[in-house]
Amino acid sequence: MSGENAGNEFFRLTVNGIDHDVRDAWVGESLLYVLRERLGLPGTKGACEQGECGSCTVLMDGEAVCACLVMAASAVDSEIVTVEGLSTDGEPTDVQNTFVAAGGVQCGFCTPGLIVAVHHLLDRTPNPTDLEIREAISGNICRCTGYGRIFEAVRLARDARLAGG
Amino acid sequence: MTVINARSVDEALTALRDHPRARLLQGGTDLMVEVNLQRTSVQDVIALRQVSELRRWHVDEQSRAVRIGAGVPYAELERNPLALHLPALAQAARTVGSPQIRAAGSLGGNLGTCSPAGDGLPVLSAMDAVVHLRSATDSRDVSIHDFMLGVKRSARRPDELIVAVTLPLLDGFQGYAKVGTRNAMVISVASACLIHDASEGSIRLAYGAVAPTVVRARNAERWLAANAPLRGRPVFDRALASEFGRRAAEECAPIDDHRSTARYRRHAVAVLAERLLLQASGYGASREHTT
Ligand SMILES: Cc1cc2nc3c(=O)[nH]c(=O)nc-3n(C[C@H](O)[C@H](O)[C@H](O)COP(=O)(O)OP(=O)(O)OC[C@H]3O[C@@H](n4cnc5c(N)ncnc54)[C@H](O)[C@@H]3O)c2cc1C
Ligand code: FES
Ligand code: FES
Repeated sequence: MSGENAGNEFFRLTVNGIDHDVRDAWVGESLLYVLRERLGLPGTKGACEQGECGSCTVLMDGEAVCACLVMAASAVDSEIVTVEGLSTDGEPTDVQNTFVAAGGVQCGFCTPGLIVAVHHLLDRTPNPTDLEIREAISGNICRCTGYGRIFEAVRLARDARLAGG
Repeated sequence: MTVINARSVDEALTALRDHPRARLLQGGTDLMVEVNLQRTSVQDVIALRQVSELRRWHVDEQSRAVRIGAGVPYAELERNPLALHLPALAQAARTVGSPQIRAAGSLGGNLGTCSPAGDGLPVLSAMDAVVHLRSATDSRDVSIHDFMLGVKRSARRPDELIVAVTLPLLDGFQGYAKVGTRNAMVISVASACLIHDASEGSIRLAYGAVAPTVVRARNAERWLAANAPLRGRPVFDRALASEFGRRAAEECAPIDDHRSTARYRRHAVAVLAERLLLQASGYGASREHTT
């Protein structure tokens, strides 16, 4: 492919393993906006649109990044995974289940971003320390829970995976 | 009005020549904030994400230097093996934003923005780094000291791409310290990087967020060199460290802004410089030198 392929009129994104054609986006449109408003994937939340809150966290080529800081037209040829794409069978993932079990969800606005960040953590670091857990979710802000139950949810998911569950 | 996804440095440079007003985009952690908040209206964008040359780094044992591509993310700078070669840069990288920001943000973007609070910049300054610039027609190497001109102003011409930076491999203590309102996600109120070159016998101190650009505490460095032996594994006492800090603080030109006051920043610089010098004191003495 040559360099000048991604005009603002049309580009193709691979999200959760499916190719999507994006039309009529304006230059500079964020991946967050495209996911929610053009591709019908509203699981990814947006609040600050300046990288501060983490509610828009998605995986891009395996890295957890803020979708609000990704220029959508530059994300062509990348594998994007949103919270909708974490489950392979349509059932909640282990991490989603432990968030529910531990009461780690109150208003739920921060939850999708946290779920993505925690999957990213546990997939790379199967046995994270408390400090590693804190560090991994330091870019995700929650106004409601005070984080205690979120930590508990992460520990539960970690322990269940270690126990082979 | 396009987003051009460059696949190589040459492609990016050609695009930059053909679209002189284009903005370069690496991790987007500065540029996209501007775009989202509509502080900037972008015409053309040249995205560098896919340029693998910019994501590489390598160690040249011969010249004792590390060359780091402009697009290498902080997440890689903060980890081994790079962290073993450049410990202060790794410490600085760890203080940037959050894991999400560090997965995307780069030194090239830090230099491109050229904010005096950029966490990579005091390290580049204290290590006398060289910035490699290229355009479609020429290339040049600029000392970091000549690169940073003012608040968000640099010596980069609009047709130039920052390709890489080169830093020396040094023996001796390296440290970076930053003051902010909390641990994660904080732009620094004041920061300092101290580098000890044990074989040359010098200590260099650069500070951030306390002047229009990142600056070196040249007078304090000279004073220290005149008052303490700096080769090998020097030991510094508290009185000396505190005087070093006091002198370093005299050299900065902080301002009052929404993050802090000039008075507090000056105080913070003194404390950071003193602390870093004490950390450097006797550093490595308990370990066997292997190289
Ligand atoms: C939530 C949040 C927290 C942050 N915290 C910190 C922090 O703690 N410390 C800190 O230092 N910074 C912080 N930043 C700022 C930012 O992450 C850094 O400045 C980072 O280094 C920018 O890199 P980037 O690759 O994302 O740059 P981009 O946003 O892609 O680009 C930044 C600028 O550099 C130019 N540019 C990029 N690459 C090149 C190149 N190769 N050649 C020429 N010009 C180029 C761009 O045109 C643009 O003007 C934070 C940002 C956010 C959103
Ligand atoms: S909306 Fe992206 S980090 Fe807040
Ligand atoms: S549950 Fe409400 S913000 Fe976290």
